[in-house]
Amino acid sequence: MNLPADMRKGVDEIEGHAREAGLEPFPTVFELVDVDEMNEVAALGGFPTRYPHWRFGMEYEGLRKGHVYGLQRIFELVINNNPCYAYLLKSNTPVIQKIVIAHVFGHSDFFKNNMWFVKTNRRMMDEMANHGTRVRKAIERYGLERVENFLDVCHTLENLVDPTLPFAALPGGPARGASAETEPAPIAVRRLKSKDYMDRFVNPPDLLAARRQKAEEEREKQRKRFPREPRKDVLQFLVENAPLERWERDLLTMTREEMYYFVPQMQTKTLNEGWAAFWHSTLMTSRILRDAEVVDYADCHSATLGGGSGALNPYKLGIELFRDIEERWNKGRFGPEWDSCDDLDRRSRWDLHLGLGREKIFEVRRIYNDIGFIDEFITEEFCHRHKLFTYRWNAQTNRYEIADRDWRKVKQQLLFGLTNLGSPHITVVDGNYGNRGEMYLVHRHEGVDLRLDHARDTLRGLFRIWQRPVHIETLVEGKGKLLSYDGQENTEKDVKVA
Amino acid sequence: MVRKIENDHARFRDIVRGRIKQDLRKYISRGELIGRVGKNIVSIPLPQLELPRFRYGRVGTGGVGSGDGEAGTPLSGEPGESGGENAGDQPGEHLLEVDVSLAELARILGEELQLPRIKPRGRRLLESDVERYTGIRRTGPESLRHFKRTFREALKRQIMMGLYDPARPRIIPIREDRRYRSWNLKRVPESNAVLIYCMDVSGSMGDEQKEIVRIEAFWIDTWLRSQYKNIVTRYIVHDATAKEVDQHTFYHLRESGGTKISAAYELVDKIVSRDYSSDEWNVYPFHFSDGDNWGSDDTRRCVDLLRDQVFPRVNLFCYGQVKSPYGSGKFKKALDEHFAGNEMLVTSEIQSREGILDSIREFLRHGK
Repeated sequence: MNLPADMRKGVDEIEGHAREAGLEPFPTVFELVDVDEMNEVAALGGFPTRYPHWRFGMEYEGLRKGHVYGLQRIFELVINNNPCYAYLLKSNTPVIQKIVIAHVFGHSDFFKNNMWFVKTNRRMMDEMANHGTRVRKAIERYGLERVENFLDVCHTLENLVDPTLPFAALPGGPARGASAETEPAPIAVRRLKSKDYMDRFVNPPDLLAARRQKAEEEREKQRKRFPREPRKDVLQFLVENAPLERWERDLLTMTREEMYYFVPQMQTKTLNEGWAAFWHSTLMTSRILRDAEVVDYADCHSATLGGGSGALNPYKLGIELFRDIEERWNKGRFGPEWDSCDDLDRRSRWDLHLGLGREKIFEVRRIYNDIGFIDEFITEEFCHRHKLFTYRWNAQTNRYEIADRDWRKVKQQLLFGLTNLGSPHITVVDGNYGNRGEMYLVHRHEGVDLRLDHARDTLRGLFRIWQRPVHIETLVEGKGKLLSYDGQENTEKDVKVA
Repeated sequence: MVRKIENDHARFRDIVRGRIKQDLRKYISRGELIGRVGKNIVSIPLPQLELPRFRYGRVGTGGVGSGDGEAGTPLSGEPGESGGENAGDQPGEHLLEVDVSLAELARILGEELQLPRIKPRGRRLLESDVERYTGIRRTGPESLRHFKRTFREALKRQIMMGLYDPARPRIIPIREDRRYRSWNLKRVPESNAVLIYCMDVSGSMGDEQKEIVRIEAFWIDTWLRSQYKNIVTRYIVHDATAKEVDQHTFYHLRESGGTKISAAYELVDKIVSRDYSSDEWNVYPFHFSDGDNWGSDDTRRCVDLLRDQVFPRVNLFCYGQVKSPYGSGKFKKALDEHFAGNEMLVTSEIQSREGILDSIREFLRHGK
């Protein structure tokens, strides 16, 4: 820790306020860094010890350019770890530094207490350093080009994970989909209820026998299927089954681990930022701020929460939702009575003086992720108050246009972006397609086509790992298509989609 | 200490260079880099650096925003950049652009075409004076005050005068302590080059032909600029007569009428002998035409002019013949026959945009 003494005092004071207000952050380590260091750490996803890869260099270039042109500035960076690491920009003014520290404790509290983070590795700082060592060793041994090319492929496939998996698997137990090793239940054929003497006619024996046979065949087919059930954690399937060398398997496993570490952060972006912003504003305005600092505070706060032209700022959405929830539960604006009241005047003056707001938002921060948060708490009033709308690309005018102000559509659009982390839903259904060891993926089409050029290139990457032809079934403009790569060329043919 | 990210960043730049090199022909033939040139920097779009993934196509996705307006109101600005799509966050949706300096681009071009470095003509060694701020003076403007030296002088003075107290080290510079940065003159060898672009603007040169000339001239410029410190460009257009024009006119002028190439060569000769003595300048005339000269008399006159007047004064004379549906393309043949084996002349034929790169290589591979 390299904080000057006076800042140390400030940090302790703010932590005291935060704890008094009910936050329970991890012990938090603060580091003061300059702009270049901040960009470096941010480019590395928050981990200074991360493995070497050009992609981080690319991020760095982008951040640096953004900074030089004055488009963006990172005030702080918080790492989900125990202890929690927080990087603060050296050049922040004292007031901004206070805001940022309060903000950090908000994040730290969220990491520690939100249930979606329960399964994340809290020693990720160490783990990332280990990954760094593993990659460097591999480079020493197999050469930069080879390792780099393989990592490129890993990055290409890294979104083929199952965000719900950490909660489906028992700790240490087999992953879901691989766990069907229990004795199969005996096959039961459905019989209609009948009197004894009618049974022969109501449930003809040869029909029952035929059904039984069909069920048995089905089970047999199921038994031979590989994988047994479609698997969404394609990465794990590859780790287990692809013909990889040891170091390759190692790097692929590593990519997967890192992905699962980052998944909860992607799942709770709005919630997490909203929570941190809620607490920095609450702590600053009620406890920390001195008179002389008000203007600076307001300036900084409004700059981070301002919405650009028409765009929706996730910080803003999050904090406003939390404020809305607090108010609604303070005033008792929930439950069947509230829902069924359609007298606008009564609604606007509705106040039962329950004072449950604080309690409710702590509950929200504990058990929700963004999907639940938005689904549950975006209301019609909220949408109107914040003038939310959905927009669409208009191909005729070649621009984005406001599409709809209906609150259900708004919610639906937000939820669509959050489903499966905003990635297409893809499962591996066959690892032995056509009995030729080929891989068959299925994209569950949810209204938006895949980007085809990328899909073709991704198949090439997948082939590099699977080393047999690979296919993905999808819909293109409403028609079933099978995209394939056989090691030589990308092909495409029409298929019937179930 | 080299920061860790520097390695990743250097590697990234390497890859960028590799990609640019790989696709140089494509970039060159599309001409898309021109017009993206800022001050010594080119922004090159490199969408293929984006790692491929199974992801949604862009069109068809939308997002959520906030603000006023009815359905159908266009969004100002580009949504999704600053947060509109954050809910449906898809990293890497923006088009990746990488800044490359012109010098670096020239180096990439040089590597790809395996161009030799140009040896300036050895007849003379030009020198010029350059101001370098390496000196120190006692007077000068406050903006050039040298803080460390001023401080040191003050410290020296205070110690000598016994005013320095180690327990309370306060150094207060007075007027006489002040030191200012100042310049020294330094002699450096200098090489100057002048590029003279001539273009046939007779009716048979269409827009496509001119575009080819424009693209080729840009890349020749880029390369030669990396080789010479000081470059001057002059532009000549000609049909039956020749005149000097500015850059904009050069690329946009549309004339028609006959073609008398000798008129252009006379003008080249006039400009060079008047403004650019061959002792001080490296002279590169480039002439682009569709090769349809007016009569063999004029062609003979061109040959004489080149041999007697132009060649002795220039480093290299380059003639690029752009294929056009109207031109006969005889001129190149005539030149090649007359000057077979003469190293002063390089001719090349440019069939289409794809041929630009080869033509550049032909012109510049001699390292002259």
